[in-house]
Amino acid sequence: MSGESTYNPSTGFTRWLDTRLPIMRLVHDNITDYPTPKNINYWWTFGGILTFCLVTQIVTGIILAMHYTPHVDHAFNSVEHIMRNVNYGWLIRYIHSNGASMFFLAVYIHIFRGMYYGSYKAPREVLWILGVIIYLLMIAAAFLGYMLPWGQMSLWGATVITNLFGAIPVVGESIAIWLWGGFSVDNPTLNRFFSLHYLLPFLIFGVVILHIWALHVPGNNNPIGISVKSKQDTVPFHPYITVKDAFSLSIFLILFSYFIFFAPNVLGHADNYIPANPLVTPAHIVPEWYMLPFYAILRAVPDKLGGVILMFSAIFILFLLPWLDTSKVRSARYRPLFRQFFVLFIIDCLVLGYLGAMPAEGIYVVLARVGTVYYFAHFLIILPVLGIVEKPKEVPESISAPVLGGSAQAAE
Amino acid sequence: MTDAQPPVSEEPTRRDFLYLATGAFAAVGAANVVWPLIDQMNPDASVKALASIEVDLAAIETGQSITVSWRGKPVFIRRRSANEIAEARNVSFDALPDPQGDEARVTKDEWLIMVGICTHLGCVPLGQAGDFNGWFCPCHGSHYDTSGRIRKGPAPKNLEIPPYEFVGDTRIKIG
Repeated sequence: MSGESTYNPSTGFTRWLDTRLPIMRLVHDNITDYPTPKNINYWWTFGGILTFCLVTQIVTGIILAMHYTPHVDHAFNSVEHIMRNVNYGWLIRYIHSNGASMFFLAVYIHIFRGMYYGSYKAPREVLWILGVIIYLLMIAAAFLGYMLPWGQMSLWGATVITNLFGAIPVVGESIAIWLWGGFSVDNPTLNRFFSLHYLLPFLIFGVVILHIWALHVPGNNNPIGISVKSKQDTVPFHPYITVKDAFSLSIFLILFSYFIFFAPNVLGHADNYIPANPLVTPAHIVPEWYMLPFYAILRAVPDKLGGVILMFSAIFILFLLPWLDTSKVRSARYRPLFRQFFVLFIIDCLVLGYLGAMPAEGIYVVLARVGTVYYFAHFLIILPVLGIVEKPKEVPESISAPVLGGSAQAAE
Repeated sequence: MTDAQPPVSEEPTRRDFLYLATGAFAAVGAANVVWPLIDQMNPDASVKALASIEVDLAAIETGQSITVSWRGKPVFIRRRSANEIAEARNVSFDALPDPQGDEARVTKDEWLIMVGICTHLGCVPLGQAGDFNGWFCPCHGSHYDTSGRIRKGPAPKNLEIPPYEFVGDTRIKIG
């Protein structure tokens, strides 16, 4: 937030504290009285939901670490020990394992919301880049965590992913051996993965603070994509947005609870309840659902190094999004063509996700290639060209204008 | 005293030299401190100590395979039939993505000894499967022939041959 501080300490103690550590001012200006566009919709509540997810993962994770043993001989059994012996261990582990899925569900909605409403465009490029960094850290944390139960999918998932580094010319094999601490995924690997899995959430927490900081400089984007022009366009964060976020979180928790209590293993893979065996590979190695589109891209390429490069490019291309989209209009509401291509892009991501879960043969490989080409075409061809050829609809004067009937564009 | 000199000289001064030398010294020092923190992740002495094993082959009949564990990796030991050997030798190099003669991959024709790890992404291929009667990796569909050479699929290389030697007629030392 770049505006003037509205904090006014009311007691002797808060006045004293304010001149020494203005923490109450920080809270007041960034949470209580933070001016938020008054037209933001429920898609904007996922930032709060994501913060909740992060805190949940950290709290349950710290508890699980009290009972878990990161050793190849004990890891699998210690997870079963948590499930059977530890008081409420089953609940805490199911919250943690399903919490990862819920975290990704929320982050995907959050990312697609940003894409639809042009939240990555100037002056929010750094905000967007920090978000992509958080997403990368989340992928790393999820991958490291998935290894810890030391089931068949843990071992072989880790084997496949660490072997990706082996595709790097010349130094690839040395890097893989360095990551493993041996000649294959084994006890040293499990140990260090546990250490790093414990570290990453705190790194994410740090980047989240930067993310919020970068958000509070230009302020929130909003569904019509027009910058806030006056105080009439905003409401204080508390109570208006806190209540909206709380309601949205309650609905989200119903879904979360459904998975925890009624379908705790439906998002996982049965093979991970078989203890890891380095001599037998499961018939189908499938990552968790939230990585499937990237897995489909990896397998679409018949060349090892090419597949690895394309898979990482699929994520890193997000960093360039603010500069690939050449349109000056932020919100898709006023971009009729972009809107249709946005829907196609979502369908493409879902289709790639489906193909990532299928065996890599026959028609599935062909379709994955088409999907991969379209994925990159969306960023590298469609977005740059659309900004030039598309004729946007008339954009309202201000955030208040569509509501007050001051423009021909009625709010949708 | 150099007070009278105008400060426009392009010549490097003693101060520039000291600045660069100090910087370079600090950089080398930092690299020396960082290296142990990186190298600690490489295989430790106990892992390296397990680097060689001996295997007795006497019980393996023609057409049978066993899998042994070496450095935490599976090693396939197959006693090949005459058919398999012939099949492996009658292949044109043009058909091989990673051209290598069968003779270069074995010490004794009958015994094929190789690391059972797909050169694509590290899965364990299934034996006597695939389009070439050799090995087939179920993860991403790589086919290997009766010499363990890649023939079809995404894997870039033939199955690796570990360093081994015969220490008796039916006894080998791997590693």
